[in-house]
Amino acid sequence: MSVRHSLLALLSSGPMHGYGLKTEFEAATGDVWPLNVGQVYTTLGRLERDGLVIAETEADGQKVYEITGAGRDELGRWFDTPVPREVLPRQELAIKLVFAMRSGVADVAEVLQRQRVATVRALQDVTRLKAAAEFNDDLAWLLMLDGLVFQAEAEVRWLDMCEARLARRNIAAGVARRQPAIPAERTVERSS
Amino acid sequence: MTVLDIEHAGRVFGSGHLRVVALDDVSLRLGPGEFVAVMGPSGSGKSTLLRLAGGLDRPTSGRLLLSGRDLAGLNEAALGAVRRQEVGFVFQEANLLPSLTAAENVALALELDGVKPKAAMTGARGLLDSLGLAAVGSRYPGQLSGGEQQRVAIARAVVGGRSLLLADEPTGALDALTGETVMGLLRQRCAAGCAVVLVTHNVRHAAWADRVVFLSDGRLAGEAGPAAGPECLLGTGQVR
Repeated sequence: MSVRHSLLALLSSGPMHGYGLKTEFEAATGDVWPLNVGQVYTTLGRLERDGLVIAETEADGQKVYEITGAGRDELGRWFDTPVPREVLPRQELAIKLVFAMRSGVADVAEVLQRQRVATVRALQDVTRLKAAAEFNDDLAWLLMLDGLVFQAEAEVRWLDMCEARLARRNIAAGVARRQPAIPAERTVERSS
Repeated sequence: MTVLDIEHAGRVFGSGHLRVVALDDVSLRLGPGEFVAVMGPSGSGKSTLLRLAGGLDRPTSGRLLLSGRDLAGLNEAALGAVRRQEVGFVFQEANLLPSLTAAENVALALELDGVKPKAAMTGARGLLDSLGLAAVGSRYPGQLSGGEQQRVAIARAVVGGRSLLLADEPTGALDALTGETVMGLLRQRCAAGCAVVLVTHNVRHAAWADRVVFLSDGRLAGEAGPAAGPECLLGTGQVR
């Protein structure tokens, strides 16, 4: 996540104090990403150094930050550029499944099912948060929750695919081991 | 009081080496206002379970109670009557009658229950109003979007105070956001006391349910109920 660009985006609608930026950021993102004040001031310091914001010290000693033209250009570039997908995201789950299959210590089907239950549970929670966000007409938070929903959905669909592949392989292995009692071309269709 | 009580139900089709066990020792219980989603791969027994739940088919073992009544003791006519009184069905296609308006489609279900036409129409319009569908009541199915048709189909399925709504992939043909409005409507019916069983491949929609049960090869393979709360999700590192 880019704190830098988020702060520029907030400043694009008007000058703000550091603490105001922190609370606005958290409100906009539904408190999913808590920011500590130190992180905000460090980032503002770098933005100032890079000429993307200017700081003005008020009578009470507080600094108020304002976006510069270069800052607006940088913000525009950020919006214009798609977010790169991580090339090799850390996928603990994939690694776990690979080793569950190799080692023979764990029951892969159970590993898959436990993960599926856990992910669906998480999905139920996000769905409830969405209902609340919908009720409160909180669009930014809704978009964020939609993102989480689709991530979880992708994981469950991938688990389904893993399971289907394993099942197919097990059937093939089973068929190869014993002489089929039923002629191979006769398949039994399930009713549902 | 349970609306639906499935006790150790099994359903076997065929015999000999063509014997297929579609459902094996499945138990499921739903109270009023409860929403359960059933998931599982094709052939795992989801639709068989839904047909049993709606009294469209009978189990070959175990038993099934609808609002406390054991369906095994009922003949076809009595079963049909219970089904009409208690159960509403929604499928992937809305299947509204094209020559009737949305309100007339809903009213027809009431008339089949023995309600006089005028009262049926009043009841239908009242229900459509409460579901936020007042504006579409006078329109014909051909003039409605897919999402609107499906919501009218849900109204038709629950009109007359049916206690159980069975939905088989009701969002299959709809885009993500329209699908959500349909799920919202199902939730709303739960809040009004109707029990809902949703069969779906779509985990996003299943997540609207209070409980999600998984079927695999005709057996229950797990269940996800609501977790402790959103903090658990935010603590898993999924967010960052």
